[in-house]
Amino acid sequence: MPGDLRAGNLRAIVAEDQTLLRVGLIRILEAGGIDVVAAVDSADALAEALTRDDFDVAIVDVRLPPTFTTEGLRTVVQARASRPDLPVLILSQYVEPLYARELLAAGRGSVGYLLKDRVVDVDGFLTAVRQVARGGTALDPEVVAGLVKARPLDRLTEREREVLTLMAEGRSNTAIAHRLSITEKAVDKHINNIFTKLDLAPTPDDNRRVLAVLAWLNAG
Amino acid sequence: MRDSFAVGTRVSWLAPLRALPAQVDQAGFRERLRLTAVSAVLAALGVPALVLALVMTGAFPSLLSLTGFLMLWLVVPVTAHLTQLHRAVASRLLGEHVVADYAEADWRNLVTAIATWARDPARWRDFAFCWFSGTGGLVMSLVPPALLVGPVILVALGLAQGSVVWSVIASVLIGPSLLAWWFVTEPLVRGRLRADRAILDQSRVEKLQQRVDEVVRSRAETVDHNAAELRRIERDLHDGAQASIAAAGMSVGLAEKLIHSDPETAAELLREARESAVRALEELRTLVRGIHPPVLADRGLVGGIEALAIPIPIPVTVALRVPRLPGPIESAVYFAVAECLANVAKHAEATRAWVVGEHDGERLRVVVGDDGRGGADPRGHGLAGVARRLAAFDGTLEVTSPVGQGTEVRMEVPCRAI
Repeated sequence: MPGDLRAGNLRAIVAEDQTLLRVGLIRILEAGGIDVVAAVDSADALAEALTRDDFDVAIVDVRLPPTFTTEGLRTVVQARASRPDLPVLILSQYVEPLYARELLAAGRGSVGYLLKDRVVDVDGFLTAVRQVARGGTALDPEVVAGLVKARPLDRLTEREREVLTLMAEGRSNTAIAHRLSITEKAVDKHINNIFTKLDLAPTPDDNRRVLAVLAWLNAG
Repeated sequence: MRDSFAVGTRVSWLAPLRALPAQVDQAGFRERLRLTAVSAVLAALGVPALVLALVMTGAFPSLLSLTGFLMLWLVVPVTAHLTQLHRAVASRLLGEHVVADYAEADWRNLVTAIATWARDPARWRDFAFCWFSGTGGLVMSLVPPALLVGPVILVALGLAQGSVVWSVIASVLIGPSLLAWWFVTEPLVRGRLRADRAILDQSRVEKLQQRVDEVVRSRAETVDHNAAELRRIERDLHDGAQASIAAAGMSVGLAEKLIHSDPETAAELLREARESAVRALEELRTLVRGIHPPVLADRGLVGGIEALAIPIPIPVTVALRVPRLPGPIESAVYFAVAECLANVAKHAEATRAWVVGEHDGERLRVVVGDDGRGGADPRGHGLAGVARRLAAFDGTLEVTSPVGQGTEVRMEVPCRAI
């Protein structure tokens, strides 16, 4: 089952039509200890690959043949309609908040949407892949910035806004603490404040908290 | 049409009308004689016109029978020949094109041909013209020759019949008659030709309608073309430079990760990254060349086309006398010539090719020719695209490509130098 974490390596499907990038992705994933069980280059092949049950995450280029528009995204959204927690990380050469909305619309986790540029930060990219495989989210800072801009955040302090942004990108509390050079306890406090100010129901689960924040941002 | 027009300007009989001073001199006399001759011919043509008008009018009531159809079917094309002659004469003398613009009809099919003619304003203009030419027009055109030679003929007739009184009266008329001839000939001929033009030429509304149709069509095509171009550029960027740069980034990222644990692989990855970066630059250059070639910006059409000719594998003669033109026009013509030369290299099997062009202050004319196997299809994808591109600037493209006799593509774009 997707998302069913066994002991051992994560298993990934890669859908990318440009050979150069497909090879690069496979190399990076394998260097990070992630097995690539299928590499496809078209929307049809992707749709078929997504019916497999021996992978933990699918890494998909938005734009695939035959029409080179957003077949990748559409195929994924369709597949998630019947398997809502299918873990998918979408890669694109540009980010479009509208597509992020479509991906997040179901309100479930296990999604990522990143600029291809982010792959260059190999460790950051591998972290995002693992996060999505675990049921978390990984949104590109540009996507989050777009979503945040659309919502009034006057009630939040500067620091709270930073925390919210990093949360929405799908970063763990530890990562946020590290990034902002503050303690995890301080991060927890900021998150509680954010939830209170935005009238969100508190929940102890990290992933659920992120989804709540994203849902709030997405409602804008 | 234009060629025959050019020939016409050399034939003095049909030289354009000009205002004639009343002053009596040889040039004025010769000019009036010429106009009188023209007028006599116009009057003479009134006779067949009247016959045609009567036949057509007579055919209308009998349209219920086959005879009526047959009569019209025979007479209408003949009428068109006659009116075309009048259009040509009026065009040359007035120095303006008088255009027929008949609706297209297959004359071989009796019924559809007549149905089409019946709805065609140009055919009705022909019909009206025949009546005019055979009646009022005839009288009008008869006046100058009659004034010139009428009294003399009367004198001669009088003498021949021994009627002296008659001859005296007629000879008294010679003076006033010549005086009148001197003054009315030019206005009468001009008036006649203007009347011909008013009847035979397309109406202003029709001309505007036609122009609007052309503009609407060319605008739609331009919009399509631009959208397709933008899409192509976006695709080229996405699949080309962007992908290469992303690949280079990935290689560098992975090399960074491996530099300590596996320096050899890391070095290999860095080499790949460098190659990707170089490729990205090449792709960007190619793309820029496809949007607005730097040589075109620097040197204009002449330099641009000379540069185009260099990589063509057969000798290409470039003879252009063209000033700097507005950027969009240079660009459109440059890509048009590029397409033609690419066709020459790909399909023509030619041993030589040429690009000849000049700008006469009003229009740019460029001909791309080769001595290859001909048979090029003007509706082919490439040439049709070129024609669309030029149409945006009211330009035209004409392909002559008889099998086995080479290909010539003539382009014309109205434009002014900058």
